[in-house]
Amino acid sequence: MRFAILAACLVTRLAAQDTSAIDRGVRIGIIYRPGVRPGIVVLPGRPAALDSIRAIISRDLDFSDRFEEITLPGSDSLRISTRPLAPRAGTRGPTGGGAQTLGPNYPLYQALGADFAVDVAATGDTTVVTVHDVAAAAVRRSLRVRLPPVKDPGFRLAVHRLSDQVVQGALGAAGIAATRVLFVLEGKVYRIDQDGAEMTLVSSSDKEAMSPAWSTDGRRFSYMEFWAGHGELFLQDMAPGKRAPVFSTGKALDFTPAFSPDGKTLAFSRATEEGTDIYTVNVKDNCCLQRLTVGKFSDNLSPTYSPDGQRIAFVSTRPGLPQVYVMAADGTDQQLFAPFDYGVTGSSNAPEWSPDGQSVAFHRDVGGTLQVFVLDVRTRTVRQLTSVGRNEDPTWAPDSRHLAFVSDRAGYRQLWIIDLETGRIRPLLQRSGARLPSWSPRLPEGTAVNP
Amino acid sequence: MNRLSMLVVAGCAVAVVSAACGGAKPVTAPTPVANADSIAAAERARNDSIEAARQDSIRRAQEDNERVNRQRSADSLAAIQRTTEEVRAMLATMIHFDFDRATLRGEDTQALDDKIKVLQANPNVHIRISGHCDERGSDEYNLALGNRRATAAKQYLVSHGIDASRIETVSYGEERPLAQGHDESAWSQNRRAEFEITAGGDALTKP
Repeated sequence: MRFAILAACLVTRLAAQDTSAIDRGVRIGIIYRPGVRPGIVVLPGRPAALDSIRAIISRDLDFSDRFEEITLPGSDSLRISTRPLAPRAGTRGPTGGGAQTLGPNYPLYQALGADFAVDVAATGDTTVVTVHDVAAAAVRRSLRVRLPPVKDPGFRLAVHRLSDQVVQGALGAAGIAATRVLFVLEGKVYRIDQDGAEMTLVSSSDKEAMSPAWSTDGRRFSYMEFWAGHGELFLQDMAPGKRAPVFSTGKALDFTPAFSPDGKTLAFSRATEEGTDIYTVNVKDNCCLQRLTVGKFSDNLSPTYSPDGQRIAFVSTRPGLPQVYVMAADGTDQQLFAPFDYGVTGSSNAPEWSPDGQSVAFHRDVGGTLQVFVLDVRTRTVRQLTSVGRNEDPTWAPDSRHLAFVSDRAGYRQLWIIDLETGRIRPLLQRSGARLPSWSPRLPEGTAVNP
Repeated sequence: MNRLSMLVVAGCAVAVVSAACGGAKPVTAPTPVANADSIAAAERARNDSIEAARQDSIRRAQEDNERVNRQRSADSLAAIQRTTEEVRAMLATMIHFDFDRATLRGEDTQALDDKIKVLQANPNVHIRISGHCDERGSDEYNLALGNRRATAAKQYLVSHGIDASRIETVSYGEERPLAQGHDESAWSQNRRAEFEITAGGDALTKP
């Protein structure tokens, strides 16, 4: 089993394939690779009040795609979850509380195929989550946290943070549970938790909105609104929901905002009678409009920063059809980024640089419909990720292995999430017309407050 | 006949008796004395009615006049409106584009030339051209494409002598489809440029 963990750490990016049939649930489309992913079991237990926390954590671990999750049959679960505490030296009990005198039943978890067992308990108003290393028959990590009440708007995000700590504790990898996705539905910007819960309207006007984009600190976002025939960019704080127009915007058609990693600069596309070009503006001091491209007879749009802030990938129509280009962040050294066959390859659009800097996801016209592609930045090779239906506007999760994108594979356009390593695909929400997603970074404390 | 003579006799008798009983004041003749006030009143009433009649006729004449005027102006307003509508329709005629193209089609030249004439005949009119796309392209790229389409239409008008400052351009990408379908017939309708009057469009002159 330890080898399995090791294998999981060493696993290279498996060629993820879009294997899914039309699926409405969650489980179809998974490529099971037994032995590659460690098994994990979330133990049922008392009190039942913690079941909502167990359910959220269990789903987060499942959606992390890093574990083979073992589900226990409901009725027998209580009995198999515990056994009389064996007098093992050096092993602390799961709760530390006197109420439970039963310890973890490691041989049973092992028999079920679990490498990790997660126990959720409570002492007073503190929630205690224990990560057991089954093979070692020992506690791997014990997390104690005071969660907000279930009805508190910050409750779910606080539990998601616990889930991420479980992933961190078990595998040493950072999870994506405490993240959200912004998207556009019927001209309004919404946000939704990565597990599909808490869809919330964040648009604060009746104007048509497009292209929401997160700042790298996860505390605010930018988006475009149509105003009297123009496109105006706004900055909005996540927490109080206040917003302000971006400096110099509103007189032309400004769209596709993208924050620089340091949060000081906003790059965007501006359409004028000269065509569309990429500009930057300093949003920290509200100054210093700069033009990065001069297209004249071609359009340049959809900028996305590399995570080190040194480069910007963007779309240019200079080869005739839109393709993915790259330049230095000051606009110099513009060159083709994603290779294409002239006259053969279709339009390529909507690039987004991965948070680890190694890939750029975009979509490309293949035979009249759009498919999600990933460019390997180092080798400058592209591979096609999807093939079922029309798939577009990919956006990276902070773990650089999940992408949210728009797909009509279930008959209507909505948001889906693909794990590049397992190829597993799941719907993020079941709403027709959801589009233009933007996945947040890991959300810091203090962003849980609802506007 | 007999009864009538009886009445006459009775009448005479009454007259005689009353004359006989009059005594002290013999009335020579019962000439009615006219009351000066009532004469004035009557005179006033007569004058009033004449005046009223006069006023009435004046009013009626005025009303007639107004009605005629109203009708006349309504007719001319309707005419202006008709012309304005007609001219507005000429200006609002959409032009269409091929997939992922922003080049003007030959078949739209007539529509654009009509617009040039309208804009020349109505120098106060300002317009906004909006470029639109079908749903097949990328959502954000379509904003740039719609911008190219609106600009192409504007450049045609400007190259034929229309002042550039009278024409504003905007793009809505694929955000405001005209036809909701998901086939070529809907797409071809949605790949368009629209023309909208932003100022000076109250009364338009026909070119």
